[in-house]
Amino acid sequence: MQMSMQVSHVGPQLAVLVGAVVTLLVAMFTGRDRQWVNGPLALVALVVAAVLQVDLAGGPAVLAFDGLWALDRMTAVGSVTVVIATGLVVALVPGWLATDARHGEYYPMLLLGALGAMVMVAAVDLNELIVGVVLSSVTGYVLAAWHRQSAWSVEAGMKYFLVGGLANIVLLVGAVLAFAAGGTTDHAVLAVTLVDADPWLLVPMAVTLVVGLAFKAGAVPVHSWVPDVSQGAPAPSAAFLTVVPKVGGLLALARLATVVPIDASGWRPVVAVVAVATMSVGTLAALGQDDVRRLLGWSSVSQAGYALVALAVVGRSERAVPALVLFLAGYAVANVAAFGVVTALRGRTALADWSGLARSRPGLAVAMVVALLSLVGIPPLAGFASKFAVFAAAIDGGMTWLAVVAVVNTVVSLAYSLRVVAPMFLDDPVGPVHVLDRWSVVAVVIATAAVLVVGLAADLVLSGATGPVLPELP
Amino acid sequence: MLTAAIVVPLLGAVVVAVAGRRWSEPVVRAVGVATTLVPLALVVAAWVAFDPGSDEAFQLVTDVEWIPTLGVGYRVGVDGIGLAVAAVTAVVFTAAVAHPTEMRGLAHQYVAWFLFLESVSLGLFLSLDLVLFYVFFDLSLVGMYFLISRWGHDDAERAALKFFLYTLLGSLSLLLGIIALGVSMDPITFDMRAIIAAQPLADSSQAVAVLVLVMVGLGIKTPMVPFHTWLPAAHVEAPATASAVLAGVLLKMGTFGMVRIPFLMLRDTFADASLVIGVLAVVSILYGALVALGQDDLKRRIAYTSVNHMGYVVLGLAAAGSVVTGHEAARALALTGATVQMVAHGLITSTLFLLTGSIWDRTHDYDMDHYGGLLGQVPLLSGAMILASFASLGLPGLAGFVGEFQVFVGTFAVHPVLAAVGLLGILLTAALFLQLVQRMFLGEMPDRWSSLSDLTPVEMATLGVLLVLTVAVGVAPRLLVDTVHAAASLFVGG
Repeated sequence: MQMSMQVSHVGPQLAVLVGAVVTLLVAMFTGRDRQWVNGPLALVALVVAAVLQVDLAGGPAVLAFDGLWALDRMTAVGSVTVVIATGLVVALVPGWLATDARHGEYYPMLLLGALGAMVMVAAVDLNELIVGVVLSSVTGYVLAAWHRQSAWSVEAGMKYFLVGGLANIVLLVGAVLAFAAGGTTDHAVLAVTLVDADPWLLVPMAVTLVVGLAFKAGAVPVHSWVPDVSQGAPAPSAAFLTVVPKVGGLLALARLATVVPIDASGWRPVVAVVAVATMSVGTLAALGQDDVRRLLGWSSVSQAGYALVALAVVGRSERAVPALVLFLAGYAVANVAAFGVVTALRGRTALADWSGLARSRPGLAVAMVVALLSLVGIPPLAGFASKFAVFAAAIDGGMTWLAVVAVVNTVVSLAYSLRVVAPMFLDDPVGPVHVLDRWSVVAVVIATAAVLVVGLAADLVLSGATGPVLPELP
Repeated sequence: MLTAAIVVPLLGAVVVAVAGRRWSEPVVRAVGVATTLVPLALVVAAWVAFDPGSDEAFQLVTDVEWIPTLGVGYRVGVDGIGLAVAAVTAVVFTAAVAHPTEMRGLAHQYVAWFLFLESVSLGLFLSLDLVLFYVFFDLSLVGMYFLISRWGHDDAERAALKFFLYTLLGSLSLLLGIIALGVSMDPITFDMRAIIAAQPLADSSQAVAVLVLVMVGLGIKTPMVPFHTWLPAAHVEAPATASAVLAGVLLKMGTFGMVRIPFLMLRDTFADASLVIGVLAVVSILYGALVALGQDDLKRRIAYTSVNHMGYVVLGLAAAGSVVTGHEAARALALTGATVQMVAHGLITSTLFLLTGSIWDRTHDYDMDHYGGLLGQVPLLSGAMILASFASLGLPGLAGFVGEFQVFVGTFAVHPVLAAVGLLGILLTAALFLQLVQRMFLGEMPDRWSSLSDLTPVEMATLGVLLVLTVAVGVAPRLLVDTVHAAASLFVGG
């Protein structure tokens, strides 16, 4: 394992950080009519970050900064996913906040939230992981409660904050237990010292770590914020918060799975139980929704469950981590596309209002159908390739029963997706449909195209994410 | 060549969907029909290029990497069986697109979905990669869902939803089985040829579970009793042309998949289970025929005969896969018969469904009790229906006879009891079709049908083509049987 300390190893993160600082300064020192420049500025920072991250991915896997920073394939593809998703969300913002006096301040929040997720993805030390989680959470609370005058938005922010506060403490307990059992917070050392640790410490540690990060993933039992944020928070915030922290949290869990003694700690059954509960709760709750945003929120919960299926076989199948990364990439673009359509339609949310959309806005209707069918897993969209990879990992890892549960949930998920699709195509339009602005439509077009590209060129993501996950066990 | 047959209708679908909005209905339909002629010509060309005497089962192969990390490729090619089913697919689609029907002012969408479905169906029958196969298998549901829900009858939305959910459950069950097969290969691959050669699960404890997963998935699509309950609802509510495609082409995906996956890739396990599968097939044969006999609704009756007819196909497959070695001649015959039966059922049932569409357009009534004596009023329509009915009940000289005869001869050699019980199905089918003919076309005609008009020239053309082929397969089956038999002999090792 190569150790080194080059600033360039955190170049992408620095780019995002610089972007956050610059946009914050612009927001503070320019007039309301100039705040729009923050949009392009944020995009520039994200593009630079993406380019730097892709550039780094060409090199060998290294444990940089004295073993604090994992620069492996998972970090590379995971961070690029975060950056792309954030970039698409940025395009949704100008129209949504056009009349908002604090428009400019939204961008530094987004960028810092993205940075938090990127830290989670690459952290190889529990303290550092917690810094990432807290950064992501704190900015997330602000993003969720952005509309101070809206009771819905404030409620969403409050719920997110309360659940998050609890979950973050649970995560801290997990870190403390790990420290108690292993004598350090460094993943590489923990991987060695935890092997002989007391199972009475290891099992609670596994449970608390999984539950603590499940909050970021929007998974059971700390999932209750997802539908509220999806429905009440500003639509761009909902797009961001249902995607970016999920990528960070689940990839952090994947890295932890290579560190904890997987059998002695009961890690696998814990993850499997959470996976089954998350899939099923999300799917069943989505079935009864008459509000499209809330439905998308519950669907987002169930998607975390499918991702956890891959997580459950990390260590048993070498296909697990690439499958998880592909799944998150596919989910990210599809979910941003779906919330992008919601944003472009000015937050249109009651199911009844979506009737006849195929006639009044055929382009956006097609984008919504593509996004929903991708989330179900219909080929050749991203969701198919990613579910296929996840199922293959589960079967390869000897947990076929998890794949079977996922299949049953997938069938039910088609039912609620068609509840949105059918009225769009079969019913008559109700009233005029207004579109937010050009940029939100551009974001939808790009995200929808990405759903197709990730589906057809899935190998790019899969092979890109295939490689050792640091810290490698001795 | 094969790739073009898949891509051309897909491109046609996109063009018609986007540009067709501004075209008039006849133009859209003409473009649609012209597009379907391309894959038809290509399949015929593939048939000519195909060498039945070769030792290579799969010919005209294209093999391109798609997801190499998971061993998935874009692999297409044909054997005699795929060729036969692809040919009937191309014919049925041309007829279905050309056949007049009410398109509710959305001609471009209607034709686009048909072209999309044709691309998907051909892709499935030509694919040599399990994942590619699955992709097309799944996409056929999407196309059919929109066709039924948008252009179906009163309760179409519910029927379409039931169809989509039910068959998605089947296809996902199939997916798990497919993945288990692919993962068991080292290195992982979904190349059908490699898996057929390796028989990866031959000594594995998973083999039975995989067989069950795959057979449930394909059995729902076929449909085999007890997985058939989506079928009557979907058929009754679907527009007649979509029913023709659903019964004529999409159902074959189930049995064709059975040839490709359990029969060829799980030989030992399939042989062990062949008696069970054969019994289920006989149950489908008898149950489908009995329930069809009890229907007063014309379309429901024809829908249930599909359960019966696809039962013959499965019975043939069960016989063909009953042992790994031995009985080669009989097993090859059964497999050939099963394939010919797929072709025959494709031609005959799509004719019957197109005819129900013609009747519906004229009368908006499917209740057979409301008809009678139509032969005098609309001789061409009645004649076509009677001819198709006779073909469907297996009259010698027509297509239905060839396949059923071979299936039963082949089955008698390995499962004589099943064959004997299954023969009762033929008797029941004869009864139900003769009764249909009698109730609708003979006897007294109610007065309200006295202004009924006979087939239009376009209808005569679409039905004529299908019926001529039905007769041709019945009278001169050599061309078809020889090609199929070549593949069948290779597959049973005879």
